[in-house]
Amino acid sequence: MSTAKITLELKSEVEDLLNSYAQCIDNDELEKWPDFFTEKCLYQIIPRENHEVGLPTAVMWCDSLGMLQDRITALRHANIYQVQWYRHILSNPVILSVENDVIKVQSNYAVFKTCNDGESTVYNVGRYVDVIVRDNGVLKFKERSAIYDTHRITTLMVIPI
Amino acid sequence: MTTTPNHLKWPAGADHTAVPYSVFNSKEVYELEQEKLYNGPTWNYLASEAELPDNGSFKSTYIGDTPVVVTRGQDGEIYAWVNRCAHRGAEICRERHGKSEDGAYTCVYHQWAFDAEGDLRGVPFQRGLAGKGGMPKDFDKKKHSLRKVRVVNYHGVVFGTFSDDTPDIETYMGEDTAYHFKRINNRPLEILGHTRQHIAGNWKFYSENTKDPYHASLLHLFHATFNLYRSTQEGASIVNNDFHSVLWARNTNEDADALDDMKKDNLRTLKTGEYELADMSLLAGKSEYEDGISLVILSLFPSLVVQQIQNTLAFRQILPKNENEFELVWTYFGYADDTEEMRNYRLKQFNLIGPGGMISMEDGESTELCQKAIVRDGAYSNVIQMAGKEAQGDDHLVTEGLIRGLWKGYREIMDF
Repeated sequence: MSTAKITLELKSEVEDLLNSYAQCIDNDELEKWPDFFTEKCLYQIIPRENHEVGLPTAVMWCDSLGMLQDRITALRHANIYQVQWYRHILSNPVILSVENDVIKVQSNYAVFKTCNDGESTVYNVGRYVDVIVRDNGVLKFKERSAIYDTHRITTLMVIPI
Repeated sequence: MTTTPNHLKWPAGADHTAVPYSVFNSKEVYELEQEKLYNGPTWNYLASEAELPDNGSFKSTYIGDTPVVVTRGQDGEIYAWVNRCAHRGAEICRERHGKSEDGAYTCVYHQWAFDAEGDLRGVPFQRGLAGKGGMPKDFDKKKHSLRKVRVVNYHGVVFGTFSDDTPDIETYMGEDTAYHFKRINNRPLEILGHTRQHIAGNWKFYSENTKDPYHASLLHLFHATFNLYRSTQEGASIVNNDFHSVLWARNTNEDADALDDMKKDNLRTLKTGEYELADMSLLAGKSEYEDGISLVILSLFPSLVVQQIQNTLAFRQILPKNENEFELVWTYFGYADDTEEMRNYRLKQFNLIGPGGMISMEDGESTELCQKAIVRDGAYSNVIQMAGKEAQGDDHLVTEGLIRGLWKGYREIMDF
């Protein structure tokens, strides 16, 4: 077990990953969204009320790149929902640990949603808990959990957080 | 009980095939529903027994929009009461769920303390302080219990009613509804989590949706898009006591004739098979009931839907907030004796259901679509005539007969 020093370079690299991920979703480049994950991965959006008491049910739960891709195919071609855009606001990224090239990070997020009526509402607020690894030199999410405080979801959730 | 005013009664000639939109957008109707339905002779879902595992366990919920707490007493029995202090009306229980170690429920305002049954046990300074103040000599704690809810634990599911006129739960459900209820609730459950969905629509639009097999393959395109839809399903629609219903289906082999019919109609569902799932493990599962039924939507008026879709099991609790909004609380479960493999099937398949469910997310959307469009025209009505005009089930799923049942029962209980 080796605990690496958290360098400024690493901090900056991690923040780039977090920011690029949010930009990808907000720019509606969802076909590229799975690229932020390793082949074997865990992505989940789970209400805080479940997470805190150890209940496993999530709103989205994907454990492979294929499942992430299927979410996007369904969003583009199967699911019916009103036009909507996300805007992620990210803050307070903290690198919790770096061990054997496994980086654990926590950060806060707020997602505003805007629909055709033009009103922007606070749609989902929570924190990301991430396990990040280097995959062919590039940082990727091995695990990304969006643990949300806003446990009353407005209408539905189709776009990933 | 309030008499239904004449201007709310349905137009002459309107029956359960033509529902005036006013029932979906009128504050007056909403208030009347709280009185006649939710405070009337209906059984309302409160909790799964698995959510009240220990003596002292409690859960906060609602009957209609009235806040209710359901508790397990020190005697192991289940009780429920309105979450409002008998003293000055404050909310007593402020947590969603938990455990009261001493079995007491104490209002924070003046610390009046109640037991799990809702009876008043303690009043601070009842005899005053140093001879000053205190309650009158004739003050009797026995006369100041919380407003109690009659409860029943039916095969591990707790229901509550405010009315003494509500028949016993099995009579209330009817034979087929009770059969399918017991089929799913056949042994102790394991709660796997909750999600909550807030929908800007009248709660009855959602009730209709859960009694509507007609929309299933037309609105929900997940199966069609990924070429997973079996074009024919053996199934049936059942009405019990007008407003309770069961839809069930069992997949059979694809039926070429039925597919041809769909092609002739040139429906959106024609886009069958353009895409493939990259990871089929999403649909991995096991047939877990001997009857092979893969889908059950059991709608128990007014507040509960019990669902089985493949290996996903859930209670959906419908909580009206006002005439334009309701909350849908999903409780996901498996069985206490599930293997790890079965539990994992369920957790993965939960991607199909709930607020982000790839099969079912559109149900919230369709409710809002309706609510948005009926803002002004309360005197106009909808058309509910698929498979005829009778309020009855059928041996197939191409019907709106269950929705007609809902409105037949609703008119009667609301005196519309």
